[in-house]
Amino acid sequence: MVRDVVIALRELRNQFGATVVHDNLDLDVYRGEVLGVVGGSGTGKSVLLRCIAGLRPPQGGRIEIFGKDALNCSEAERRAIDQRMGVMFQDGALFSSLTVRENVEVPMRTLQGLDAGMRRELADLKISMSGLPYAAGDKYPSELSGGMRKRAGLARALALDPEIVFLDEPTAGLDPIGASAFDELIRALSETLGLTVFLVTHDLDTLHATCDRIAVLAEKRVLYTGTMADMLTIEHPWVHEYFHGPRARAAVETQERTG
Amino acid sequence: MVTGALNVRNLQEATPQLRQIEDAGDTQLDMSQLEALDTAGAYMLQKLRLKVEARGAEFQFVNLKPDHEALIERVALAMPRPDPVSTSRLSVTDLLERLGRGVAGAGMFLVELIAMLGLFLARLAYLLRHPSEFRMTALVHHCDQVGWKAVPIVALMGFLIGVVLAFQGSVQLRQFGAEIFVVDLIAISILRELGILLTAIIVAGRTASSFTAAIGSMKMREEIDAMRTLAIDPATALFVPRILALLITLPILGAIANVMGLFGGAMMAWIELGISPGMFMTRLLEDTSLDHVIVGFVKAPVFAMIIGVIGCHAGMQVGGNAESLGAQTSAAVVRAIFMVIVADALFSVFFAIMGI
Repeated sequence: MVRDVVIALRELRNQFGATVVHDNLDLDVYRGEVLGVVGGSGTGKSVLLRCIAGLRPPQGGRIEIFGKDALNCSEAERRAIDQRMGVMFQDGALFSSLTVRENVEVPMRTLQGLDAGMRRELADLKISMSGLPYAAGDKYPSELSGGMRKRAGLARALALDPEIVFLDEPTAGLDPIGASAFDELIRALSETLGLTVFLVTHDLDTLHATCDRIAVLAEKRVLYTGTMADMLTIEHPWVHEYFHGPRARAAVETQERTG
Repeated sequence: MVTGALNVRNLQEATPQLRQIEDAGDTQLDMSQLEALDTAGAYMLQKLRLKVEARGAEFQFVNLKPDHEALIERVALAMPRPDPVSTSRLSVTDLLERLGRGVAGAGMFLVELIAMLGLFLARLAYLLRHPSEFRMTALVHHCDQVGWKAVPIVALMGFLIGVVLAFQGSVQLRQFGAEIFVVDLIAISILRELGILLTAIIVAGRTASSFTAAIGSMKMREEIDAMRTLAIDPATALFVPRILALLITLPILGAIANVMGLFGGAMMAWIELGISPGMFMTRLLEDTSLDHVIVGFVKAPVFAMIIGVIGCHAGMQVGGNAESLGAQTSAAVVRAIFMVIVADALFSVFFAIMGI
């Protein structure tokens, strides 16, 4: 089966001053998959996410999204691409002066012909689908807990039913129960909405519970991609340490217990 | 029969079509021609189903694709259920309550400021007895920040005030042929009131905000709690050096403003009225009582105290988020300037009664 590639990165290069973060980085993301990106601190996981999301132009290479060259396209084309993608930032990055519902409505305002009543109803739906109680819609971000802010951030990222969602450390800072609930939410949404999910994480439990495929960032490029089972067989010292360390073993055991 | 796509982009166009179905009786909606569906479309369909079923009629989707069915089920599970809202109108008692809370809040604020002043004085007294714990480096640093770096703006402000006073005064006094009194006008108004007051206002804008921002961001990142757990007293480490730096530098800045004001006034008097600097000097020394200078400088430490205490207090009020930091910073400036002006007015009344 030939799988539909939605994001293709070729020979990507990123550097800050003299520090090269990515060099000759290639990566394909397929439609409908949940791709987990892992790597040690400072390997540029978030930089990669920001590059694809269009927040940071890379120093070299190509980025193709939905088959279009995302770096050399007109502003209108870029906007069209952006409307088909949603980003959830680490702490939600909600607009602090707006309520949660207004935050979710923000992307909908860019669409013509969606009246205020419909916007409100759809925002309430997204809030509820992200697992927040109805009353959360009227609250301001500062009144929510970290986990609820992440869910609200996800609701805003999903506002326009994007095809690709980028999640930056979705479970960082959540308690284990909240984190596994968030994992389930990501899994359920990606299945029912047919979402492609690009998620950056350090959380081995999230990798086990949600990801179809894992990409390992090391030595300035994507060193390996494959399923969790593939990762366990890789001999590279860092990858081996990552997936066989004490925390990894605990995560595997949890996964086996819960099935 | 629903055809084509039903998604967030064409929802508005599809609405009339779905409205028609709403009023029909038992409905079987043929979904075989539906090509694309997103959550917004699924929401519309689910709403339609609920409406039809609420009238007691039958409703069924036929030939629904499995993935569309899954999506509709998912949306059906997540249909928002509004909590009953209590619609209460604002009554007179609510307004009275709000007023009462406002007054009580203002009272509490004053009490907290006095507590902060007390804390500062207590720690200062403690440090006088234990000079080894005093943070000299911090004091020098803050003197540099608060005093030295404010010199250019304060000097320029003083100079311009002198110029403006001389110019405005000369226009009026020339009508009476009393040009020479412009010296008294400038000297008294600058030395007694404007020099110190305007310096205090500029310092309030510069320094109260920076105290609040510095202490507030430390509070926000739990650095102040960390200090407490390490047995470092935040008042000794943060408040005393800052407020003391203000106490030392504000009178100096006031003096600079006074001198520059007189200089600017003298220059303008020379250009505009032909009063030579020598004559200005003689008139200044002969006719201007030293009382005016003393009255001016007595106020400086009080203003310094007000600015420092308000800035530090607002910093400690910052909560866990960035909005409260911004809100407290601007509130600190407004409060500091307001309180400086109130204090100045009280001083004026006091000196008038004392006949100084």
